[in-house]
Amino acid sequence: MKSIFLSFVLLLFSVGAAAVIETYQFDTPLQQKRYHAFIEELRCPKCQNQNLSGSDSAISKDLRRQIHSMIMDDKSDIEITQYMVARYGDFILYRPRFSGQTAVLWLAPLALLMLGALVWWRMAAGRKRQPLSADAALSVNEQTRLHELLNDDDSGDAETRS
Amino acid sequence: MQRFKLFLPLVIFALLAAVFFGVERRVQSGDYAPTDLPSALVDKPLPDFSEPALDDGRLKNKAQIVGEVFLLNVWATWCPSCHFEHPFLVKLAAEGVNIVSIDYKDEAEAAKRWLAEKGNPYSVTLFDEDGSLGLDLGVTGAPETYLVDASGTVRFRYQGALDQRIWDKEFAPRMAELSPSGSAQ
Repeated sequence: MKSIFLSFVLLLFSVGAAAVIETYQFDTPLQQKRYHAFIEELRCPKCQNQNLSGSDSAISKDLRRQIHSMIMDDKSDIEITQYMVARYGDFILYRPRFSGQTAVLWLAPLALLMLGALVWWRMAAGRKRQPLSADAALSVNEQTRLHELLNDDDSGDAETRS
Repeated sequence: MQRFKLFLPLVIFALLAAVFFGVERRVQSGDYAPTDLPSALVDKPLPDFSEPALDDGRLKNKAQIVGEVFLLNVWATWCPSCHFEHPFLVKLAAEGVNIVSIDYKDEAEAAKRWLAEKGNPYSVTLFDEDGSLGLDLGVTGAPETYLVDASGTVRFRYQGALDQRIWDKEFAPRMAELSPSGSAQ
């Protein structure tokens, strides 16, 4: 019984590793580092939200092979990025370049942050202006209306109780 | 004003619900597919290539293919949607549409058998065994269909299987625009 329970607990932990394991040979550690940076930063065009390193799809496999061969051909980072964008568009970049199409993506967080700051500032200012004693702030009209309401409430309660 | 503020969350909720409902309806009706990617090739020239033809293995290049409006269909025998799409392509070809195809990452024998059994709607089939031409075109899978004009410029790309509805909606108007004489239909 104990062993069944134990194996069940172990099952909970047997989450597969996300990265695809492939063996590519590199001449220098720098090449290997660049390769890994690229497959982390580029997105699988077939999948909705996976990078090349995490995707098992055929197209990701091809793109990893292409990146490897371009790195071995001494292509620069910019050349590799341009190659990918020319074929798959901005979608392939997890950090898209700033353009008319991506402006909303880049500026929306800033705009929302500023909106939040504005709301916070307005609320803080409003609270400071508000006097501490609520009674003093009520005009004569408001006082009478308040009493009316309170009395209404009393009579209402009395009716339900009777 | 103070009272209106109380209803702000409800107003925001209603607006968002209306937007999401509208998007979802367009997804359901097939007008909008959020997973479709815009092709980076649209309004750009078809990339240069030199690929062997499936039937005789002779190299074909871009200049031999380009010349009139044509469809460039990417398919493979391992692709289930291509089975579904094939009869419609045969029908299109019978109507006079010029379809060039790329047999993408496939086995030559299986592909030849496929065309012999199901009919061959393609004027030329390029055999892209390693997917390099597919990579240059920005292909992410099969089937995909490109509309290329007489000057060799890509005008439109469709991801997924073609059928009559998609043809009438997406391709027929563009074909009519490109060739007013109309071999399209």
